[in-house]
Amino acid sequence: MELITPGLGLLFWMTLVFLLLLFILGKFAWKPILHMLKERETSIHEALNTANKAREEMKQLQFSNEQLLQEAKNERDVLLNEARKVRDKLLEEARVKAGEEASRIIEGAKASIQNEKMAAMTDLKNQIAESSLTLAKFILQRELSDPKKQEEYAQELLKEIKFN
Amino acid sequence: MNRLISILFFLFLFTGSIQAFSQEQTAIPKADSLTGNAVGTKSEGGKKFNAGDLIFEHVVDNHEWHIVEIGNVEITIPLPVILLYKGDIFCFSSHRFHNETHSYEGFRLEQAGANKGKIIALEASGNPVQGSKVYDFSITKTVLAIFISAALLIWIFVSVANRYKSNRNKAPKGLQSLLEPLIIFVRDDIAKSSIGEKKYEKFMPFLLTIFFFIFFNNLFGLIPFFPGGANVTGNIAVTLVLAVFTFLITTISGNKHYWIDVINTPGVPWWLKFPIPLMPIVEIIGLITKPFVLMVRLFANITAGHIIALGFVSLIFIFGAISAALGLGVSVVSVIFMVFMDLLELLVGFIQAYVFTLLSALYFGLATVEPEHH
Repeated sequence: MELITPGLGLLFWMTLVFLLLLFILGKFAWKPILHMLKERETSIHEALNTANKAREEMKQLQFSNEQLLQEAKNERDVLLNEARKVRDKLLEEARVKAGEEASRIIEGAKASIQNEKMAAMTDLKNQIAESSLTLAKFILQRELSDPKKQEEYAQELLKEIKFN
Repeated sequence: MNRLISILFFLFLFTGSIQAFSQEQTAIPKADSLTGNAVGTKSEGGKKFNAGDLIFEHVVDNHEWHIVEIGNVEITIPLPVILLYKGDIFCFSSHRFHNETHSYEGFRLEQAGANKGKIIALEASGNPVQGSKVYDFSITKTVLAIFISAALLIWIFVSVANRYKSNRNKAPKGLQSLLEPLIIFVRDDIAKSSIGEKKYEKFMPFLLTIFFFIFFNNLFGLIPFFPGGANVTGNIAVTLVLAVFTFLITTISGNKHYWIDVINTPGVPWWLKFPIPLMPIVEIIGLITKPFVLMVRLFANITAGHIIALGFVSLIFIFGAISAALGLGVSVVSVIFMVFMDLLELLVGFIQAYVFTLLSALYFGLATVEPEHH
């Protein structure tokens, strides 16, 4: 068996074994291995894609959340502002009204005080008049017991009436 | 870029190996004469040490698997001899040849001469039969090594495939994770890049099979004892079969464009094609030389590696025969060089598997390429 002349038996066995090896490995090893490798690669690829998409969505969601929050804050501020304005206005109005009311009450009070005063004055005048009449009656009763003095008084009264 | 480097490296190795091979060839007779004289003075050795014989016995095929020789007792694994002679099949164990005449049932295992190592038929008188040929289908050392490596390949890859099935869509584990990068390397860097994304799948089983067959056998050849140590990928018959497969697949899958390129090569002046079809002849020769080169490259590289390693071993014995101290001194150097060579052979084992697969893939790519639309 020389170095560079291929032996017939060896050629035969090698061809046979190689064909069998090719068939067996091709069917039971390479096919499933390559298939699984491809499948795994696509699944990894898909998983990465999905993760990316999810991350993107998360970002979007977070962004919209923030936006929502910002909007809510803005709205709250607007509402607060409005409320404050309303309150101020109400307070102002109330103050004005209260002032008006107060002045009106004061006016009323003043008027009634005046009335009362007038009434009291009238009453007082009446009483004074009455008591002066009584007084005058007493005085006249005493004075007019004397016919000369009656005359005198009548004369005096007449004078007075003339002057008035 | 990586591929360029490895191709350059391979070219360097290839030329280097060839030189080493030829040097070894010329060096052997010198060593013979040296040991012949030296051992001749010692009567106790019995057999003379012959480095050339030792190396050649290892590198070429054998009818038995020699394991070790302790004193005068040889431990070998006898292998079945299967002969086809004149329409009859003869089967017997090769240890039947272990007698003085090295013959059994009319066949003789030649020990010297042009037919050394071959089995020839004998006449009743004991002379070789002239004319009729013995067809030797024996399970030789190389055949057994092929069986072992094929069984191992099937066992490994079928179990890995089962792991892929049970471990669906998960990260690889154990042997699977060791072999997956190689499988992906063959798929992505050899098949896809040479054949193209569309058509590579059809060739994947063949490419993976030759890659792992060559790679495993290269590595097995580096193990110095049974079941390794057989020179499988350094046997021309083995590389011939592999190259023929590449050639057949290339030829069968060749498309119209490929054959037009071969027969009527574009871009070549008409007078190279007519009246003498010079260019077509060159192209057709090229079809044959491609697989031929594949065959020779693998065979020469691996055989050269084995020869060099054995050469270093032989040096120890050659010098040891002159003087024991000299042998001891040389052994240190030899062992260092052998370790270096073995490490280099690990690399060569991979590179040769890669180159064989890559070139096959390139030929398939050439055969299936679609014409470019200008």
